[in-house]
Amino acid sequence: MLRPIPDTSIFDLRLSHRGRRLNKLCAALCSSQEREAFKRDEEAVMSRFALTDTEKELIRKRDFKGLIEAGTNIYYLLKIGSVTGNGLYRMGAQMRGESYEEFLSTRKISGAV
Amino acid sequence: MGKIVGGIGLSHVPSVGPVVDRNRTQEPAWKPLFDAYVPVREWLAQLKPDVAIVVYNDHAADFGFDKYPTFALGVAERYAIGDEGFGTRPLPEVKGDLDLSIHLSEALIYEHEFDLTLCQEIAVEHGFLVPMNLCFPHGQGQEAMRGWPVRAIPLQVNVIQHPLPTARRCFRLGYALRAAVESYPVDARVVVMGTGGMSHQLQGRRFGHVNEAFDQWFLDRLESDPAALAGITHQKIMEEAGAEAVELIMWLTMRGAARGKRVHRHYYAPMTTGMGLVTFEAS
Repeated sequence: MLRPIPDTSIFDLRLSHRGRRLNKLCAALCSSQEREAFKRDEEAVMSRFALTDTEKELIRKRDFKGLIEAGTNIYYLLKIGSVTGNGLYRMGAQMRGESYEEFLSTRKISGAV
Repeated sequence: MGKIVGGIGLSHVPSVGPVVDRNRTQEPAWKPLFDAYVPVREWLAQLKPDVAIVVYNDHAADFGFDKYPTFALGVAERYAIGDEGFGTRPLPEVKGDLDLSIHLSEALIYEHEFDLTLCQEIAVEHGFLVPMNLCFPHGQGQEAMRGWPVRAIPLQVNVIQHPLPTARRCFRLGYALRAAVESYPVDARVVVMGTGGMSHQLQGRRFGHVNEAFDQWFLDRLESDPAALAGITHQKIMEEAGAEAVELIMWLTMRGAARGKRVHRHYYAPMTTGMGLVTFEAS
């Protein structure tokens, strides 16, 4: 059995079950039509996927740390990051509690983006 | 007869895709990675594989948690290029090897008791395509019409929703895969690619965790004593190398299938992922 690891989310079935609505919405963003629909009216898309009010608020706030804790799988989160103009490293900086520039300064060769 | 002529362990970092598509491979930050593949491509041109079996994981492009297989094998004549949420990359479709896939399915299920999910359609994405990009040319412009120089078979592994298959199960799958290829009655030169890793974590406050010492140790052990390395737990990999580093169990499938001497080894970790490379050639 898995033991908790500090500052780490371990994506297991319990978390996957919790995040099932969020992950379904993110999966839909693999279609360009759904990406356009989201950019046009994200409230309508969130309602169509029956997100709870708490889940909707996490997306409205672009709270990526909260979205992970709510059961969004990281690879699904990347899709909502992309459609809202937040690449992996921007999301990662937020999860670390740093600015994007602060985060980049911790990398060996930050040109490899 | 089928023969496994080589094995390759390599990372499948998604940012490599756009770097290839936008011709940025010679930029200083990326050149060390692509330079490491120059001798690998020369080696492959001499090995002349007919088929690449690519052990990879989908990143929510074509597989979903509503039904999520532990091991899934492509059984198709061709595989589409998937859209994983950022648009479809301008790559030629991937030609499969239907007959070999059917043989592998029968051998793995009847003889070796690996009950795979069998897929007639898979849209492949960076987990599969970045390793293909690094190892094989697909041509530009008109040349792209010729497509990839090998047929390829995707073998998708659940490394993202726990419970995952154990490292040892993945290693045993590699053993079975080797026996299955060797019992194929048609001449086919096969390379097996184990993809993903090395150290990385993409969420939580530990985002960006890289552990080169662990990665080098893993490369050492993969070469010198893979059967012992197969005893490693998910817990140990995730604690040492980050939660997403658990993809490394797919390298053990490659190593279970590929014997012989180690040929290439490289490591580069510019940003958030240890990008490893190791190759083995059958003697």
